[in-house]
Amino acid sequence: MSTDVWVLIEHQDGAPKKISLELLGHARVLAAQLGGKAVAWLAGAGVAAMAQTLGAHGADVVVLAEHPLLEPYTTEGYTTALAGALTGAGAPIVLIGSTALGRDLAPRLAARVGAGIVTDCGGLALTDGRLEAMRPMYTRKAIGTVAFTADGVRIAVVLPGVYALPEHEPGRAADVHRATFSLDAGQIRTSVRETKTIERETVPLTEADVIVSGGRGMKAPEHFALLDALARALGAAVGSSRPPVDSGWVPHDYEIGQTGKTVSPQVYIACGISGAPQHLAGMSGSKYIVAINKDPNAPIMQMADLGVVGDVFDIVPKLTEALKRETRKT
Amino acid sequence: MDFQLTDEHKLVQSTVREFADKEIRPRAAELDRTAAYPADIIARAAALGLMGMTVPEEYGGAGMGLVAYVVAQEELARASAGVQTIITVNNSLVCDPLVRFGSGAQKRRYLPSLCSGASLGCYCLTEPASGSDAMSLQTAARRDGAAWMLSGTKSFVTNGAEADVCIVYARTGPEPGARGLSAFIVEKSLPGVRVGKLEKKLGIKCSSTTEIVFEDVPVPDANLLGEPGMGGRIALGTLDVGRIGIAAQALGIARAALEDALAYAASRRQFGRAIAEFQAIQWMLSDMATRLDAARLLTYRAAYLRQSGARCTKEAAMAKLFASETAMWAAHKAVQIYGGYGFIQDYPVERYFRDAKITEIYEGTSEIQRVVIARNVLEAT
Amino acid sequence: MKIVVCVKQVPDTEAPIRIRPDGQGIDETGLNLVMNYYDEHATEAGLRLREQFGGTVTLVAVGPERSREALRTGLAMGADDALLVTDPALSGADHLSTARVLAAAITPLAPDVVICGKLSTDANAGIVGPAVAEFLNLPQATAIAALEMDAAGTVATVHREVEGGIEVLDVPLPAVLTVERSLNEPRYPSLPGIMKAKRKEIGVRSLQDLGLAGETVGGAAASTRLVRLDPPPKRQPGRSVDGEAEEMVAAIVTFLKHEAKVIS
Repeated sequence: MSTDVWVLIEHQDGAPKKISLELLGHARVLAAQLGGKAVAWLAGAGVAAMAQTLGAHGADVVVLAEHPLLEPYTTEGYTTALAGALTGAGAPIVLIGSTALGRDLAPRLAARVGAGIVTDCGGLALTDGRLEAMRPMYTRKAIGTVAFTADGVRIAVVLPGVYALPEHEPGRAADVHRATFSLDAGQIRTSVRETKTIERETVPLTEADVIVSGGRGMKAPEHFALLDALARALGAAVGSSRPPVDSGWVPHDYEIGQTGKTVSPQVYIACGISGAPQHLAGMSGSKYIVAINKDPNAPIMQMADLGVVGDVFDIVPKLTEALKRETRKT
Repeated sequence: MDFQLTDEHKLVQSTVREFADKEIRPRAAELDRTAAYPADIIARAAALGLMGMTVPEEYGGAGMGLVAYVVAQEELARASAGVQTIITVNNSLVCDPLVRFGSGAQKRRYLPSLCSGASLGCYCLTEPASGSDAMSLQTAARRDGAAWMLSGTKSFVTNGAEADVCIVYARTGPEPGARGLSAFIVEKSLPGVRVGKLEKKLGIKCSSTTEIVFEDVPVPDANLLGEPGMGGRIALGTLDVGRIGIAAQALGIARAALEDALAYAASRRQFGRAIAEFQAIQWMLSDMATRLDAARLLTYRAAYLRQSGARCTKEAAMAKLFASETAMWAAHKAVQIYGGYGFIQDYPVERYFRDAKITEIYEGTSEIQRVVIARNVLEAT
Repeated sequence: MKIVVCVKQVPDTEAPIRIRPDGQGIDETGLNLVMNYYDEHATEAGLRLREQFGGTVTLVAVGPERSREALRTGLAMGADDALLVTDPALSGADHLSTARVLAAAITPLAPDVVICGKLSTDANAGIVGPAVAEFLNLPQATAIAALEMDAAGTVATVHREVEGGIEVLDVPLPAVLTVERSLNEPRYPSLPGIMKAKRKEIGVRSLQDLGLAGETVGGAAASTRLVRLDPPPKRQPGRSVDGEAEEMVAAIVTFLKHEAKVIS
């Protein structure tokens, strides 16, 4: 087993993505514990300039895989290139962010090189030199601790926000190696027709730091406008429990819960939501929960960090005004 | 003795439960308030094969047994007794007599569209002057050339407003009582058929209950079901299956009452604890659960006997009697457990209370069921 | 078109789970087991392709004998036949091994398309689909939210949700696709379908039938192991406030500012 820790660097518009830097920071911590190096693997076309910032964020080595066929990302392009780079690298730990790209690539890569793989990691630890990962299972009803038991490449696909962004040390530089691999067009069978950017007024629920959510207690579709105003004041996304969706008050993509989305924001503000188990399953991963409900015995009030016993129609508009006053102060 | 549901029954149960939870339950309160016929739900139920569950596949049915039928009806009734009434009448009181007594031509003509949802059936037995004393009915049909001229008034016809096809019992012979009766398949579009008063009811409101008046309706001879004089036999045989269907309805209502009462008792806190911790409430819940289980076993037993071809009149009557009384009792206890909220229409238990009552009345009142059971029990000694 | 759908039987997500006292897994007694709901979406996608192009839909599952019930659900939805690979040596197999077994069972079927759910709701791993693609040496598209075929049925154009937008990919068949829930609305098994499913064939294969050995794909070959299963961390008890609206609003603002730190 190699003592190095590799990180797959995702990037956009010439800059590494936040998740990749988070993992690079942690790779440096792990590598120090193992006595190895933090290695950033960067692929694409014309990406060499990013090596500098990667070094400044903790990479000891940057492996640069530049090839026209590696821009944009394709499963087979990245799998072939990274698998090639890993041969002869011993059998390092490889950290990949749990993004659409990471979840698409990591299992295929694992199958290609015969790696151990654990996805959705919410924490990593070295126990007697063995890598272990903590991850949610059974739709978040349990946390599994999974150990990598074999000596080969060990791939951990890590959730965003688990590790803090590392310090940026401007003077710190990495050794840059150019990867050797061969890649021809015949090896890449899918083609990216286009990538459509979606202009959203608010961040998608699954990426939002703050979510304002409404339930049956909002009583009517037009009252969701109160939640929109609160969300704007907070820079939050708006979601709902199932009853407003079933009643046709909000579109289906608002739904948070077992039949909708699973979210894990920093703050979840539940307005007029009683807290049926199916809903709680979708938002129990929230770091902080504020619940506003007339009923002090509503199940969500037991779960909330701050349970506000009051009328949403009274509290929400006043809260929106108070928040606007706060932002005007700064 | 295997008390387990087969894998097939479990798949029926989970499929119908999912359908009921998603498509019916969210609408149940609104349907009760507006008393509107749920045409879209019935169409989707038909697409699933729920309108002719036990009809053989060759006539467009699902070809299932009666136990599967009971399992499905309980799931539907748990979501909405009103919607389930529409469905069970189509199955038990219209499709079933057609399957058992219809000629090949009659089955081919009527069953496929009754199963597909293209047409809806209703059952015309009761009249203003003959309810429990059903066999004394006075609607009459006299021979006129190649047709039968049908005249009379039928009351309390479920699906009366929307139905296309009616099973109608009429007096065709001079013998009094059951032996003078015949059964007819009457298309509602025939001249002389008029839907009368639409009743406003205590419960099962989205299922229409109307009077139907027949004034010299020319029913073709080809639409006589079975032989002249067989009407009594057809009615009684149909009642056995009908009673099993109503027992299943009662199971659904009782289970709705129990499940909602359990959830409420677990979350409602008084005197510093969940009311589910108080013995008074626990005893109500345990009695509800026990009676529901007993009712279910009686119902499954009746269905099992019937689907194996055995006689089941006593068992069907026992199931209907016990299940309907259980539903009424459980719904009443559920309202009590909810306390003040049980009286408020925002909460579903008052609807279960109102829906449950009819199960003690139609398809033979509890009193008639007791008469039937007594007769069977006394005959056996 | 020859369509293969991979299916897994998992505990019903609507029911609570009980973790075994030794923390080595969940207590399986009394569990309601169902088809992984992502696989319902995969089966629906397969059935729609069959409606469009003709052909057959074959379901494949790797698991214990009781996985048959999940296959029956798919057959009741309308799939034509099914294959179950079951073998005691597979107990404890990791995801890559499961993918190897699936690939070995699927290869003789020579499918035009293999469709999987994006993940299964027990392990929530999302590993098997792309691994099957690798072992079958087929192109892949994962977590697809839209699927359209060209008229000849040779290229799938798919949408994938990515951070910030939608990626549109052309994938030539044969290929492996894994599906998101938003791809379609799975049909209910109809009651006639449930009856017909009883007459459809479920073939059974052991590892030996596939030419595989327990040492390479069984529990013995696993490269990861569940050390322990724990309940989710208990939330710290929170606090309640009531009183005048203004006071409560102030309490929320303070909380957001100083505890949750989402406003400055």
